[in-house]
Amino acid sequence: MPLIRVEAGRAAAIDDAFTHVADDAPLPEAGGAIVSLARFIKDRDTLLARNAPIGVRLKPDETPEGLGPDLARLLVVAVEFPKFADGRGFSWARMLRTRLGYKGEVRAVGDFLYDQISHLVRVGCDTFEPTHPLTADDFNRALSEMTYVYQPSADGKRTIRELRAAK
Amino acid sequence: MLTANRLVDGDVLYWKGGDWVLELAEGDVFADPKQAEAALAAAQKYVTGNLVVAPYLFDVRRTESGIRPVKEREIIRAAGPTVRLDLGKQASHTPKASDHV
Amino acid sequence: MYRYDEFDAKFVAERVAQFRGQVARRLSGALTEDEFKPLRLMNGLYLQLHAYMLRIAVPYGTLNAKQMRMLAHIARKYDKGYGHFTTRQNIQFNWPKLVDVPDILADLATVEMHAIQTSGNCIRNVTADHFAGAAADEIEDPRPLAEIVRQWSSLHPEFVFLPRKFKIAVSGSAHDRAALKFHDMAVEIVKNAAGETGYRVLVGGGMGRTPYVGYVVGEFVAKEDILAFLESVMRVYNQSGRRDNKYKARVKILANALGPEEMHRQVMREFEEIKQAGTLQVPKEELDRIDAYFAPPKFEALSDETPKGDADFKNWVKTNTHPHRAPGYAIATISLKPIGGVPGDATDAQMDALADLMDRFGIDEIRVSHEQNLVLPHVRKKDLPAIHKRLAALDLATPNAGLITDIIACPGLDYCDLANARSIPIAQDLSRKFADLARQHDIGELKIKISGCINACGHHHAGHIGILGVDKKGVEFYQLQLGGSGAEDASIGDIMGPGFGEHEIADAVERVVDLYLKERKGGERFLDTYRRIGMEPFKNVAYREQLYAAHTG
Repeated sequence: MPLIRVEAGRAAAIDDAFTHVADDAPLPEAGGAIVSLARFIKDRDTLLARNAPIGVRLKPDETPEGLGPDLARLLVVAVEFPKFADGRGFSWARMLRTRLGYKGEVRAVGDFLYDQISHLVRVGCDTFEPTHPLTADDFNRALSEMTYVYQPSADGKRTIRELRAAK
Repeated sequence: MLTANRLVDGDVLYWKGGDWVLELAEGDVFADPKQAEAALAAAQKYVTGNLVVAPYLFDVRRTESGIRPVKEREIIRAAGPTVRLDLGKQASHTPKASDHV
Repeated sequence: MYRYDEFDAKFVAERVAQFRGQVARRLSGALTEDEFKPLRLMNGLYLQLHAYMLRIAVPYGTLNAKQMRMLAHIARKYDKGYGHFTTRQNIQFNWPKLVDVPDILADLATVEMHAIQTSGNCIRNVTADHFAGAAADEIEDPRPLAEIVRQWSSLHPEFVFLPRKFKIAVSGSAHDRAALKFHDMAVEIVKNAAGETGYRVLVGGGMGRTPYVGYVVGEFVAKEDILAFLESVMRVYNQSGRRDNKYKARVKILANALGPEEMHRQVMREFEEIKQAGTLQVPKEELDRIDAYFAPPKFEALSDETPKGDADFKNWVKTNTHPHRAPGYAIATISLKPIGGVPGDATDAQMDALADLMDRFGIDEIRVSHEQNLVLPHVRKKDLPAIHKRLAALDLATPNAGLITDIIACPGLDYCDLANARSIPIAQDLSRKFADLARQHDIGELKIKISGCINACGHHHAGHIGILGVDKKGVEFYQLQLGGSGAEDASIGDIMGPGFGEHEIADAVERVVDLYLKERKGGERFLDTYRRIGMEPFKNVAYREQLYAAHTG
């Protein structure tokens, strides 16, 4: 599946600068690598010393706070959705943006559905690696379905209350 | 026997010879488990074809008044709510010796 | 009551279009049933025993006449001429077709109604005291808060895939008519020592397999901070609620595991952060703006004398009217529990007639109570006789509010895919058995609540007498629980012991009630006598038949 990026509300397929590396697999010679949190903790020094971008993949039960101060050195944090009904990733993405002030790429990976796209974007995800066959067109359609939002989130989108006050 | 719900309207259906009918009394009764499993497998094409939802097998027994589900749930499902005899499939049945208390 | 502006209207309209798209994708097969199920649940659409079931939201149980007429229209056009009012103040239709649901939602949108988040693992309908804005004992109408919470929780991107459903209730009175302590989260309007009005927040109540009474997680939250505080609780739940076991996934399990101190600590951590960021503060202008929608009608200066009438009228006034804050007014309960009827059901004709009645007597609002009755909140006392007469002609004047025949029952095995036993016939049996009004008055306040399975939609844990239907080797059996209460003195009923058969349960209840009549002291209600003398005496009489049979058999 191509990587989808959403920027300023528009989706496009882009090349993926990263590869997911399994826990027992060697790192690629060059290019970005995304490893599990467990591996990052184990091989931290090696990974950070590598002259290539590094990212970490979080499972649903792994809070981004587990990354500690190293978060700033990661170019991507991938939030896993092994089952679309497990909504913990929405909180992790939001936490990365608000509490941890993370400015890098937050990538949603896995089983999430078309109907979760707008929520994922709102909580701060900017790239997407769906296991379902979703295209950039799907993303653009999904993002156009609801014009207004009631509550603030990591995307900073103006809420209905703010729009009312501005009238 | 094998039952499912029709996707478009939720109606309860019963398997009969490779297709579905609305009335339990007209449905196929499987004498042995192999037949039943084969029907359940054959029913999957209706699921993937987006015509029915959640097919499953349930037990019935022969009584004087005909084929009757073993479980209360299936008796009610085949007939309609016991508290509204004017609703559900029972509304179009001719009255007979009470299946229900 | 609240009126949609252009933003609310567009929100609902786009949501309807979204669901229309989802249905189309389901019918075409672009969505499998597994993928469609959470989406249709988010719009309140279940697949039940006989058909689909659509649960429509009635925010904080408040409807106007136009909306009531639309519900009648839906019952007629798309269903089988009736609807069922639920224990969460919503309405359910039992026979809609999937293909019609987008049109039903579109019709609802024309009267500012919807079915958003009435099911699914998300924040559900916010319920409120059904006497809100009218009761004499109220500090403040809780419904402006309920509306603010409703908006904040609608398609909240972080909280649409929670571990499990999340139910919020609000109340503005020390008399808890909203069952706060049995909700996942609840807000009670309180005054502090300085006389300021604020919110006490409770968490961790619930019914079901493992019932819990909620505890206080925020003793006094300032009004402008309330959304930040509620959001904090949701964050803790979404992050840490169990997802390994469906029966351990409600917040009550987490709240019990963490305990009040640790829960408070975790919530406060989030709260400090959110408050600091300032994004969820509710400015005074917004509070005032929403308050204005709920301003009470202009009350006329009227005599507070209750009009005279015949015995039927007097009986109805006695139980079905409640003191109003404005002299000359009363709150009237419309019983949906006719003797031998299906609790909580109303026909399209009844709904239309109620809308007419509201117009005729200038009553803007009608409420749905979680006890499956309807309530007219602002009735001029002088209109009571005429209103009673009209209700009587509609079979809506049963004078049994709060009495033993005012039974709460879930749909049970007659309708529900999850049920183990039927509940409505048991309610009907009990209703007929205790029909005699003089006897009902002698018994006094006695809340019977019946659930057809452990999911407890009939709230049986909170019944003075609770009945739980179980499946014992393919036969319907009924367990008795005594001493539950959903009010401010919340308690979970105690299980008596082995269950009773379908034809034994009503007699067992009668023996229990007769023992209460024999043993009560002073003005004790059933609940009070039970709390004083305990289970043992009741157990002895309830099982008397079985004990006798065991001795002589």
